[in-house]
Amino acid sequence: MLVENPQSTALEPPVDPALTRADREALLGFMVGMRTFEERGVALYKQGRTPGSFYDGHGQEAISVGATFAMGPDDVLCSPLIRDMGAHLVRGTDLTEIIRHHLGRDNRLSRGREGNVHFGDPAKGVVPMISMLPAMFPVAVGIAMAFRMRRERRVALTFFGDGATSPGAWHEAMNVAGLRREPIVIVCENNGLAYSTPSSAQFAVPPAERAAAYGMPGVVVDGNDVEAMFRATHAARERALRGDGPTLIEARTMRMHGHGSHDDARYVDPALLAAWRERDPIATYETTLRGEGVDVDAIRARILERLDAAVDAALATPLPDPASAVEGLFATVEPVPLGRGDAPWSGFAHGEEPVDAGDDDDDADAATVSAAAAGDRRGR
Amino acid sequence: MTATPATVDPTAAGGPTATRTMTYLQAITDALRTEMRRDERVFVLGEDVGAFGGAFKATDGLFAEFGAERVQDTPIAEAAIVGTSVGAALAGLRPVCEVQFADFVATGFDQLVNVAGKMHWRTGLAVPMVLRLPSGGGFAGGPFHSQNPEAWFMHAPGLKVLAPSTPEDAKGLLSAAIRDHNPVCLLEHKHLYRRTKGEVPVGEHLTPFTARTARAGEELTIVAYGAMLHLALEAAERFEDGRVEVLDLRSLVPLDEDAILASVRRTGKVLIVDEANETCAAGAQVAALVADRAFSDLDGPVRRLAAPDVPIPFSPGLEQAVLPTADRIAEAARELLAY
Repeated sequence: MLVENPQSTALEPPVDPALTRADREALLGFMVGMRTFEERGVALYKQGRTPGSFYDGHGQEAISVGATFAMGPDDVLCSPLIRDMGAHLVRGTDLTEIIRHHLGRDNRLSRGREGNVHFGDPAKGVVPMISMLPAMFPVAVGIAMAFRMRRERRVALTFFGDGATSPGAWHEAMNVAGLRREPIVIVCENNGLAYSTPSSAQFAVPPAERAAAYGMPGVVVDGNDVEAMFRATHAARERALRGDGPTLIEARTMRMHGHGSHDDARYVDPALLAAWRERDPIATYETTLRGEGVDVDAIRARILERLDAAVDAALATPLPDPASAVEGLFATVEPVPLGRGDAPWSGFAHGEEPVDAGDDDDDADAATVSAAAAGDRRGR
Repeated sequence: MTATPATVDPTAAGGPTATRTMTYLQAITDALRTEMRRDERVFVLGEDVGAFGGAFKATDGLFAEFGAERVQDTPIAEAAIVGTSVGAALAGLRPVCEVQFADFVATGFDQLVNVAGKMHWRTGLAVPMVLRLPSGGGFAGGPFHSQNPEAWFMHAPGLKVLAPSTPEDAKGLLSAAIRDHNPVCLLEHKHLYRRTKGEVPVGEHLTPFTARTARAGEELTIVAYGAMLHLALEAAERFEDGRVEVLDLRSLVPLDEDAILASVRRTGKVLIVDEANETCAAGAQVAALVADRAFSDLDGPVRRLAAPDVPIPFSPGLEQAVLPTADRIAEAARELLAY
């Protein structure tokens, strides 16, 4: 067969992944946590406490939260982007450290060398982004490649926006991921705007439709539905773990605020915003969970309390020592492997997902290519 | 698992070392083979590096020994080659990418300077990877197959930049680059691949990222690297023994400032040769260093020879008109010695 039709591959796993009530409360909590944090972030920026700018993902919380919730502890995120604060919360990155980072205070994540959304916690298996987009996509493909070469049951998860599907690096990463069937889940957040430029001025064909040309399925998901995001990502992850390769998930949503806090987004049609406001991912999910008897107010109160404490601690943290700016350009010691992130979905609580595939009995010293030259045994 | 930590001190090995005569190119292949046997994390990737053995045959025989996964043919996609290498390095492997011609690295530049170079300083994450960059002119390659782009990388914080001139150092620097924990650009000079032969240590061999005195002298220091080192030696031999010292930089980042300053302070005169375009070349950095920190030891002006700021032309006569030659180096040396 010259060309396989990837669309023929079953996307849904045999059993729809179950979300317990605790899972659903957690999903809501992470979304509310993201929004609460970002609202505070905007306030801190407007008070002049945050250098540079501040970027938020208001209205897009379901995407990074739902997708990351489907990831196992040994999976790697490369990388949560500008609207993906929820990913960091799901992985368990310390909130105080994140706020210190935003404020330019001394912190473990960036030591003040980076700001705003440029952070990630390697100890939680999260690689920080850079500004050029989608620069981290080829890197994520390389991480997935390493997992495949070592026969590890792990996947990479990458995020980017609709605007990032235009540069050449996107094509190169899609091509290589599809060609090698790398174990990667690709989440495209289509919020309709690349800064001020609408999709209609960016591309002729939506990202999901382009996926087939690279030998992978493209699925369109309601990006404002956190459970739909979870299910789609879970299915894509299962597919990657089976050795069937990548999936492009195009999450359709709307950017409800400006590109950053400095942008009033007056170029956006107010009627469009009003229509999407009715579909707010948090408000709709809250209504659902309230109807099932979940104490939403208690969740919100808990989050606010944690946020207040984290902000206070961050504001009490000194700025980094100016002399430290020139330190540490080069690595001088053996690299520390990427760590394990939190994986709060209850489906991971049953001891599944060992790193070692168990198809050979070596002790899979995680930093070595186990049996790299022994041929591909995934039967692809 | 045979991987051992990359903390071997190259100066610690004692006893006589067996050597074999190799070309510069064979020494590179030998380094790749030796390091791949030693450490399973090491793999190579690039355009046509597999069964074909690479455009210059640097990976010849590796595919047969290590297989398609550790000797990966890639699509023509430098951003993907460099970018996936960064990812593999972050995940604990040690990729060695071959960029078919150094000139082509421009298409993968963002991944190199913005992702790889800044990663450790920004995030604390190490990116242990090597870019092999066949560079240099002298064979009618024209504007897109002859460049010496090392200064691009020198100006991007976080990249190490090496440029061997001998087979022994080609092996030693590549091996040490593979064991380094950072992104390393190795400028391999194409003109030297088959023209340069020498004794190369058998087995593991590491060269430190420091300069070496290629010829000792007391009255003038010629600083060079890569192919220019050989022209500098040829020029130096036209003077009486002991007059002209030739310093082979070997490493541009880190730059061996101590060795440069020590030599210039002793001789009092310096001529710096670059095959690269003159403006902001590696030699400009050396000249600035000398002017800044050895001024009072100088007995003459800091002189530079480099290619003028034009692309490298195709037609042999034109190409020779822009590349430094042994004659021009000797002429500049004669003027400086008489100053």
